Amino acid sequence: MAEVTYLEAIRQALDEEMARDPSVVLIGEDIGVYGGAFKATEGLLARYGWERVIDTPISETAIIGAAVGMSYLGLRPVAEMQFMDFIACCFNQITNFAAKSHYRWGAPAPIVVRGPSGGGVHGGPFHSANPEMYFVHTPGLKVVCPATAHDAKGLLKSAIRDNNPVLFFEHKFLYRRIKEELPGEEYSVPLGKAAVRREGRDLTILSYGAMMYPSLDAAAELAREGIESEVIDLRTLLPLDRETILASVRKTNKLLVVHEDTRTGGIAGEIAAVVCDEAFGDLDGPIVRVTSPDTPVPYSPPLEEHFLPNAAGIVDAARRLAHY
Amino acid sequence: MAATREIGRNATSKGALTREQQLELYYFLRLNRTLEEQLTRLFRQNQVVGGLYLSLGQEAISVGTAYALGPGDWIAPMIRNVGALLVRGYKPRDILTQYMARYTSPTQGKDTTSHFGDLHVRHVVSPISMLGDLIPVMAGVAMGARYLGQKIVAMTWIGDGGTSTGAFHEGLNLAAVQRAPLVLVVENNQWAYSTPVARQVPLVDLADRARAYGIASSVVDGNDVLAVYRAAKEAVDHARRGDGPFLIEAKTMRMRGHAQHDAAAYVPKEMMEYWKARDPLLRFERHLTERRVWDARTKKALDARVERELAEDLTFAESSPFPPPESAEQGVYCEGCHEIAPVWQRPVAELQPPKSSVRPEWASFAGAFTAAAVSGNGARLSRAKSAPERRISPVRAAGAKSHPKSRAKSQPKAGR
Repeated sequence: MAEVTYLEAIRQALDEEMARDPSVVLIGEDIGVYGGAFKATEGLLARYGWERVIDTPISETAIIGAAVGMSYLGLRPVAEMQFMDFIACCFNQITNFAAKSHYRWGAPAPIVVRGPSGGGVHGGPFHSANPEMYFVHTPGLKVVCPATAHDAKGLLKSAIRDNNPVLFFEHKFLYRRIKEELPGEEYSVPLGKAAVRREGRDLTILSYGAMMYPSLDAAAELAREGIESEVIDLRTLLPLDRETILASVRKTNKLLVVHEDTRTGGIAGEIAAVVCDEAFGDLDGPIVRVTSPDTPVPYSPPLEEHFLPNAAGIVDAARRLAHY
Repeated sequence: MAATREIGRNATSKGALTREQQLELYYFLRLNRTLEEQLTRLFRQNQVVGGLYLSLGQEAISVGTAYALGPGDWIAPMIRNVGALLVRGYKPRDILTQYMARYTSPTQGKDTTSHFGDLHVRHVVSPISMLGDLIPVMAGVAMGARYLGQKIVAMTWIGDGGTSTGAFHEGLNLAAVQRAPLVLVVENNQWAYSTPVARQVPLVDLADRARAYGIASSVVDGNDVLAVYRAAKEAVDHARRGDGPFLIEAKTMRMRGHAQHDAAAYVPKEMMEYWKARDPLLRFERHLTERRVWDARTKKALDARVERELAEDLTFAESSPFPPPESAEQGVYCEGCHEIAPVWQRPVAELQPPKSSVRPEWASFAGAFTAAAVSGNGARLSRAKSAPERRISPVRAAGAKSHPKSRAKSQPKAGR
């Protein structure tokens, strides 16, 4: 079985869902003839044609609006943001139109908005952001952030089949760096379920997206010092898998949350609140965050390196927490 | 007279309306007006728990345009399009309970005004308060329906102020490049809240917006229901034929403030007087009398029917409960509560490989290179080809069937 990149896993998910269900259509900028800025939709125009792979004007609001309109007819449009930074351009369509549709008047809007997010590729302030938390704060949406090729494919399939608007934050740093063997048979990964990536008893490291990898590297380093950390991949930020988080905290009694998103208003704050509400008595130490600082994502390599959390920083924080 | 529970209906191909249809138009106009008079009373009695937004003076646009649609067509009304909802088969009780925030309202108290819809029977998309956003959504409805093989038209409305939003331009542009069957009705009611149209748009005719997108357009006297109907029929036929989007500018006047709390002191008195003399309901009544479409008895019977239906629905609304508080937390997500199944009206095999690689006719212009297309001259030629300008002068738009006095007047320029 050949190894498949994270990017190819996404392309496979789109291809297989389009083959399975003619109600799945793609809409976005340069996704057809060009195959997408990162080639996530390469070959799909040739296979599925002009009616199912729709190149649009540079109009994020129109892309999401049209996707919502198509979904009202029972279609399942998958809209691409060329970079997730540009989702700011269609914030209103997502948060006011799509997210409130079912609550206000009972109209499901089964759309997926997918695209590359995250830093580490010297994209600068407008091609590197992690805008997921704007949407985690919006009832009616689901927010997914896969870390592995297996999950990217399986979660995207679930997102397409879901009856709600799902925002699917791919991590562009992982696109061609991650390679995995995928199951030969059809599979999907359910939304809203975290995955335990490494078991441990001394402390819990929660993360998602590209930060899973420095978190796992840190856990390996900590293990050499005799600190056994449990590493959990959130996979879905909304809805949050509280059960898995709480079960792990009740076992390890210490919690470290790592995210590439900036600090204030990041998911770590919400997770800390959930744990304090429901498992405060189980904690043997403060809940610790390792995150990016509260700045835009800078361009120059030394600046971006300083900005992004790394394994050494996670090890430091985990070591202090373990000895607390 | 046809039962009002039917959803829309097309007249003869030339757009002439039968006597029954004209009487039905009157019924909807009168129902729209009387319903909003009732809502004003309820507002004063604090029975309307939020704001009240009236379409007084603009009823002919909502009713006349929606009347040109067929049962399979889709609409997305704005806040002043109660008349379109009535034509589409909604009842006064739906509007009353929405404003009165009752559990029996179409949104069960979750939202107010005309903010409700129905995907399956009446094909109505609920508006949101952010102006212009319905245009890309309805472009998507038009594109999606075409994909499914449905020969439908999507219609939505926007005010003069709403044409300044980014969503208006993005949506219209996408619809235009897709040649989507979208009809956009621009209700130029002269005021965007307190800001006159001249400070919103540097154009005499808002229909000129259409030229930027190479789509067909017309201008119509929005206070003449028959002219509005004919303009809408032309636009709907155009879109249904596959000739792309159509923009209608209907010139009218908002005869109240932006909402009920707004006394509209900024509107010149003479402007109000000018338009009061052109009230769409009175004009249509005069037409029906002078053309002997009805007699006093018919009018009396129709008015009595409106009063009776409204009284029944008011009783229903007033006796309806408020929603149970805990329902505030329900319905955020669709988890198995709806079966989502598109209605295919073409063979699905056309949309799967290898047949799916065939480029449809409407997309055939995309990517074609011609030397003429990249020269300035070619650009003009191609626009003329893809977008026949169908300008209807206001004088002509008033039409042979409208009141002779209104026909004699040219389109007012008040407020500019």
